[in-house]
Amino acid sequence: MLDTTRRVATPEGIELTLRLAGPVPRALAWAIDLALRAAILFAVSLVAGALGKAGMGVILLTAFFVEWLLPAWFEALWNGQTPGKRAMGIAVLNDDGTPVRWPGALTRNLLRAVDFLPVFYGVGLAAMLASRDFKRLGDLAAGTVVVYIDNNKQSVERKIPEAAAVVPPVALDLDEQRALLDLAERSQSLTQERFEELAELPRPLVGNLDGERAAARLLGMANHIAGRQ
Amino acid sequence: MRQAPFEALHAREWQEFDAFLEDKKNPPFDPAQMPERYRRLCHELALAQDRRYSPDLVDRLNRLALRGHHLLYQNRRRESGRAVEFLLGGFPRLVRAEWRVVAVAALLFFGPLGVLVAVLQAYPEFVHYLLSPDQLAQFHSMYDPANRRLGMREADTSLAMFGFYIWNNVRIGFQTFAGGLAFGVGSIWFLGANGVIIGAVAGYLTQVGYTQTFWSFVAGHSSPELLAIVVSGAAGLRLGMALIAPGGLSRKSALVAAAKPAVRLMYGAALMFMFAAFVEAFWSPMTEVPFDVKIGVGLGGWALALAYFLLAGRGRAAR
Repeated sequence: MLDTTRRVATPEGIELTLRLAGPVPRALAWAIDLALRAAILFAVSLVAGALGKAGMGVILLTAFFVEWLLPAWFEALWNGQTPGKRAMGIAVLNDDGTPVRWPGALTRNLLRAVDFLPVFYGVGLAAMLASRDFKRLGDLAAGTVVVYIDNNKQSVERKIPEAAAVVPPVALDLDEQRALLDLAERSQSLTQERFEELAELPRPLVGNLDGERAAARLLGMANHIAGRQ
Repeated sequence: MRQAPFEALHAREWQEFDAFLEDKKNPPFDPAQMPERYRRLCHELALAQDRRYSPDLVDRLNRLALRGHHLLYQNRRRESGRAVEFLLGGFPRLVRAEWRVVAVAALLFFGPLGVLVAVLQAYPEFVHYLLSPDQLAQFHSMYDPANRRLGMREADTSLAMFGFYIWNNVRIGFQTFAGGLAFGVGSIWFLGANGVIIGAVAGYLTQVGYTQTFWSFVAGHSSPELLAIVVSGAAGLRLGMALIAPGGLSRKSALVAAAKPAVRLMYGAALMFMFAAFVEAFWSPMTEVPFDVKIGVGLGGWALALAYFLLAGRGRAAR
């Protein structure tokens, strides 16, 4: 249903689903990294300023390393995440879902020089919007994707609320069963009114029951489908 | 089987797998079991998807399998030994294998450079088409024979210049490479433009008689630096060629395939730039060393570089 996912076939014969990160979280991650880079440069220049002219060399060396090598270093050795990416919960992976290594990380970071053109990643943004997988040119060449990766557990566990099981009056096919389970799992993130409004819609299941009782009936059926007694 | 019994049956297994990924120091099971347990998890994910279990369960299993996949398929090749091997053999072999783009890049760069040096000897006023009076004055002061240090202003220290050369020259190399993504146009432009500027400065300073100061300054670092520009341009052209003539592949696949050798060329180019920056900052400005020695070192560098690219790594090429 959603087209911001990418399915990757693994050698085990299954398909894993990657959730692709779009331009906005990536821009925010970039902004965080930029602030960090500026902070490093500022700290170094405070110290190096004491060295006089030679300090200028130290500052320029630092500028070079934080601009070109630091992001690649982070991505290659820190699970595909720069500090900004970690803060946004996104990471760089190879197209096949494996962790990115030095060649991929360097390719995509060196090619930022093109993505950055003409101002503020104009080329990169255009490429991202034109490609199915939100790839900027560096990602296209390196064969990498940027995906959401929530290592920390989901804050809200989506559970089907417990209710006495009710056998559906008509046979449901697999997709209909799944839609019902999905609705039941989302019931707690919906307002009660909205959930009741939705619950009235499947007439073959709930007949002419009003909102509150229709909702309870559907939850019962979801419990039955999930196999609870 | 319905979802609830399925979950109950495997809950402990999933929990252990999660704990294993969370904390590899105290694994709840022998790490040797990891691949087998991962395959079982994959099987359960496939079942959950096929039986249309609830999206939440499928998502949870997908997340767990993805983390297992990352752990299982991260490659932990030793990089240290490979770096030395790359320098001793891999890099020159790669340059020879990519000799076509390297030759084109060399022509694009050394062509205008050589032509301009020659032309400016005969028509010195032509330099005004290429360099502004300010730039000319700056080069005058940098290579004035009265200077105690060459190629820099009197007040600059070697360390400051080293930082500047790294920051500036390596960046130019990276841009030359990245420009190749624009169907090679960017690489061609940077190669040509740098060839023109360097040729103009060299030709002009030779013509006004700063021969000793200029050539003794540039001789030492000329071979690594100029060749590094050529290699960067060649890497960029490799990307550009993949887009222009992808052969039997889609443009996207051709680009991905070309990026692998191209970025390896850039490893070598970046190291050459850094070596050149070191020489340029600490050896080239010295006036204590006689002119003949500096020119000799420079020519030696060129001979060494050519020998390196033509001969190094041949012994093991048959492997």
